[in-house]
Amino acid sequence: MDAIQQRDAAAEAASPVTSQVRSSRFGVRFVLGILLPILLAIGWEFAVANGYAVGRLMPPPSRIFKTLYDLAATGELWRHIGATLARVLAGFLLGTIAGTIVGAIAGASRITKEILDPSLQGLRSVPSIAWVPLFILWLGIFEESKIALIAVGCFFPVYLGVLGAISSVDRKTVEVGRMFRLSQFQLVRRILLPAILPAYILALRQGLGLGWMFVVAAEFMGASEGLGYLLVDGQQLGKPDQILASILTFAILGKITDGLLAAASTPFLTWQDAFAPKN
Amino acid sequence: MLNIEAVDKVYPNGTRALDRVRLEVQQGEIVAVVGGSGCGKSTLLRLAAGLDQATRGCIMLDGETISAPHECVGLIFQEPRLLPWLTVAGNVGFGLSHLPRVKREKIIGDVLSRVGLADYAERWPRELSGGQAQRVAIARALAPRPKVLLLDEPFSALDAFTRASLHEHVLDLWRALKPTLVLVTHDVEEAAYLADRVVVMRPRPGRISSVFDLDLKRPRDRYGADLEAAKRRILNALDQSLRERSAGDELVPAAAI
Repeated sequence: MDAIQQRDAAAEAASPVTSQVRSSRFGVRFVLGILLPILLAIGWEFAVANGYAVGRLMPPPSRIFKTLYDLAATGELWRHIGATLARVLAGFLLGTIAGTIVGAIAGASRITKEILDPSLQGLRSVPSIAWVPLFILWLGIFEESKIALIAVGCFFPVYLGVLGAISSVDRKTVEVGRMFRLSQFQLVRRILLPAILPAYILALRQGLGLGWMFVVAAEFMGASEGLGYLLVDGQQLGKPDQILASILTFAILGKITDGLLAAASTPFLTWQDAFAPKN
Repeated sequence: MLNIEAVDKVYPNGTRALDRVRLEVQQGEIVAVVGGSGCGKSTLLRLAAGLDQATRGCIMLDGETISAPHECVGLIFQEPRLLPWLTVAGNVGFGLSHLPRVKREKIIGDVLSRVGLADYAERWPRELSGGQAQRVAIARALAPRPKVLLLDEPFSALDAFTRASLHEHVLDLWRALKPTLVLVTHDVEEAAYLADRVVVMRPRPGRISSVFDLDLKRPRDRYGADLEAAKRRILNALDQSLRERSAGDELVPAAAI
């Protein structure tokens, strides 16, 4: 008994050290990760400033940031960001709701899975851009068809995530619930939902990532505002700095929304050992 | 009293896991079921837990047939099977959700201190050692105060030292709360040390081949001569049951021809 308690105390003493190591290692990793792009940017800036390169098709960072600043100053940038963000969120929401419901139905039993899954796998192998003409015919060229395309993009990772998570729930864990005589509803709420939550959140993040991919395709098919419109506009008017400025904005927005989603889900996942490093 | 009345269990693939198994367990008794792998001892426990259904015969607790998990019967699995998303306290209180919070917390604190983990209530399962996790599992099964506690090789995955300390925890709990304990194990020493009665089973089909009453006073000396003698008797019986089976196996094809 005493020896067990001693061992416990030793394990307890060891844990704060490991978390300190983890956070300092994160700092080092951050610096290492950002080193290459910073060096490349400085090098390119230097090369263009000193006349070693022209920089017409590949403008230096200073010009990209100037473009970005000008767009922001006129308020145009925010209008485009707002439009794109609204489309992504609407499509993500629709796709997630549909993916969750269909995934849950398919995961509910072997029969429902065998009825639903083959058709959905077939649809999944259609390149989503191929839906564009159909969506335009059905829904017109305005917001509806764009949001539908983004929703299709978000649907599949969420559907697959939910289905996979449900089928990988451990029968042994379910048996614990049965031993405590949980009803079907309680079994879902107290065992199934918490068990699939980590995989579900991962699927949501994948869905959101695909949403950002599809919003560009959607805005290519004719939009009068949005970051995708800025891209097309930059191409047509020969403004590579504007193209790069929108690409940069995409990167930042994608990272921020993913970070927000991850942060919002962390409180539900504190129990999970593997979650923090996976970020 | 737990009554196992002529129970058969045939799996859909035709395996006869249990064949006319009869056993009476008195309230407060400790019964150990030993036997080689495939003798149906875990199947028997799952039937008693209400997780599976007998093909024929029935299992009664104080006159009530057990056909589904029963509030008076707790089961401890081979692995702790703690729910990783709940703290230790949350796991222990898992079967108490119908109680008001204050009462629930009192019971959780009480059973946790009985297994020596009072300071671990807010820990996560992943922070526990194997022995601690199994103690939490024992506390979880005990929290609803079952009359019968079924243990399915609960110590087999633990090292010898941890196993011995868990034996003491279980005996302490048994002295305090006097539940009926039915323990499935393949460890004859464990069976002889803990049980009032040892049931030896033989495989294919799973049957009870002999039953030993161990009238040894408690606390027992793990290395005492009387315990050694009991172990030897049980081992001999196990040996014999296995030899009977292999003799039987040779006869079957001959008869079939």
